[in-house]
Amino acid sequence: MKIICLGVSYQTASVQVREPFAIAESVLGRSLADLKAMEAISEAVIVSTCNRVEFYAAAEDAQAAYCALLAFAEAHSGVAPVVPDPFYLLEDDDAVRHLFRVVSGLESMVLGETEILGQVKKAYAAATTAQTTARHLNKLFQRAFNVAKEVRTRTAITRGPVSVGSVAVELAERIFGRLAECHAMVLGAGETSELTARALLSRGVKSIFVANRTYERAAALAAEMGGEAIRFEECEKRYPEIDILISSTAAPHYIVTREKMIPIMAQRHGRPLFVIDLAVPRDVEPAVNDMEGAYLYDIDSLQTIARRGMDERKKEVTRCEALLGHHVTEYVQWLGEAPVWPGEPGRIHQELRNSGKEERTEPAT
Amino acid sequence: MGRILLYLSTLCLLLGPALTLAFLKAGRAYPRLLNRSAIAAGFLFQTLFLIHRGREIGHCPLTNLFEVLIFLGWSITLFYFVIGHGYRISLLGTFTGPLVALLQLTALLAVTDAPHPRFLPHPAWVEWHAALCIMAYAAFALAGVAGVMFLAQEHRLKTRRLGPGFYEMPSITALATVNLRLIWAGAVLLTVGLASAWALHPQVSAKIWIWGGSLWLLYLLLPLARRWSPRRLALLSAAAFVISVTALCLVGHFGTGASMGGAAL
Repeated sequence: MKIICLGVSYQTASVQVREPFAIAESVLGRSLADLKAMEAISEAVIVSTCNRVEFYAAAEDAQAAYCALLAFAEAHSGVAPVVPDPFYLLEDDDAVRHLFRVVSGLESMVLGETEILGQVKKAYAAATTAQTTARHLNKLFQRAFNVAKEVRTRTAITRGPVSVGSVAVELAERIFGRLAECHAMVLGAGETSELTARALLSRGVKSIFVANRTYERAAALAAEMGGEAIRFEECEKRYPEIDILISSTAAPHYIVTREKMIPIMAQRHGRPLFVIDLAVPRDVEPAVNDMEGAYLYDIDSLQTIARRGMDERKKEVTRCEALLGHHVTEYVQWLGEAPVWPGEPGRIHQELRNSGKEERTEPAT
Repeated sequence: MGRILLYLSTLCLLLGPALTLAFLKAGRAYPRLLNRSAIAAGFLFQTLFLIHRGREIGHCPLTNLFEVLIFLGWSITLFYFVIGHGYRISLLGTFTGPLVALLQLTALLAVTDAPHPRFLPHPAWVEWHAALCIMAYAAFALAGVAGVMFLAQEHRLKTRRLGPGFYEMPSITALATVNLRLIWAGAVLLTVGLASAWALHPQVSAKIWIWGGSLWLLYLLLPLARRWSPRRLALLSAAAFVISVTALCLVGHFGTGASMGGAAL
């Protein structure tokens, strides 16, 4: 039995090229059934995410399976897939290694991200529901999930934040612990500050105030995030209430100074204040960081931490590869030794073909 | 037999933190279970030693400085399990293990384990008082550990040099809370310990009362100083523990065996 993978990803093609091949969840079951109905395909799983579309198949004849997969992709999208670029065709250990890399986040846009594991699990669940898998792909995907778990626990590939938003969240959690009791304020409705605020909200920040020179813009952003809009002139009065301040105004000078913060910090009785200054030029005087209980991070320091996090992850790739290699060898060895059972779909097709009684099954379009 | 148990305990208490640091340095996940198991094994050996010694001498093993240091180490480990579990303070064991190991090594290598020459059989309340005061020391010790952790994490947050293990450390808010609560717990235990000694045995030497009373005042002032910042509290709790251990050793050197518990009798 052969394991084959036909795919296209963000690494090889733009979204315009990828999108015709994407398979919506609503039609996934039907597509799987169509794929499985093709003569050359014994087992099939389709992984379709925003970053990749991949067809995994187990087949007796690799060449015939390639042709079937290409025909299926063309029939589904109305566009002929171009191999080897942007589409890639992988076989046996290359296909197995590729799947293990995908589930471990090594092929992801954000190296080491774990969302892909959930997406592949979902894809596999859909295939088992549609009964398009048997022992070869079952074993392959179950092994892949174990590999992903092992890689996550035995290496640092998923550890440490790698974006400004996630750095802000991690730092906030190292200061306050659970964020459920924290109140945040956004000064200036910029894109990065909004993303950062959303990241904090997703981790349970209790409430959020939005202040902007244009009140209407603050109100619109507050409504979008489920927060409260306040007038820019009033924001200083609210400082004692908040725990996290995200600032990204277009002011040409400091709007949060040490002098202004002295009475505010005194009112906090040691309660920490996390200040995130995303503005260029900076909104917050650097001397604020010297105040007891105040933790100031500007855009450069956040980006440096994110970059270091990514560098740390990149260093882990070699260790991940070593872990994967062992599993690839084991699986391919098992694949080579595994006998074909009499009831297996591949065998049935083969027998039907040999006996000349096989019914012709047309691939769906 | 007793000393072997203590060496085994020390080994386990050092092994857990050493493995944790090695894991974190290698970029691997914090081995929570491994660390906790090693410290639990250390605690088990400590307990076995105390039972063994207690049976040997016929009462609570607090008759000389050696035993007091071991009992203190045991109490700190006990508090660690209660606090570490209750507040989910990760890495507390990594900081606690070496401290307890240091106390045990000091006892094993630098303190003579001989019955105190002035030690005499005493009533049960004396043991009760001494045990309570040692438990108070243990709470203060762990508060000191939480204080050191707070200062380390706070320094990294301020300087933005996060380094290995930063994301595994508890939040500074949790550390400040634990620090304060442990000081309160220690202060209450010490108050009860000293009050029982005062009520039941008022003819204790003035020198010892001054030590015990000063220590009690010092720790009572810490949590009462509500306006102090968590940083200052952390710094003072770490410093206060060093002072109190020094006091304990001095009283152990000059006082009677059973009196060392709270520097009171």
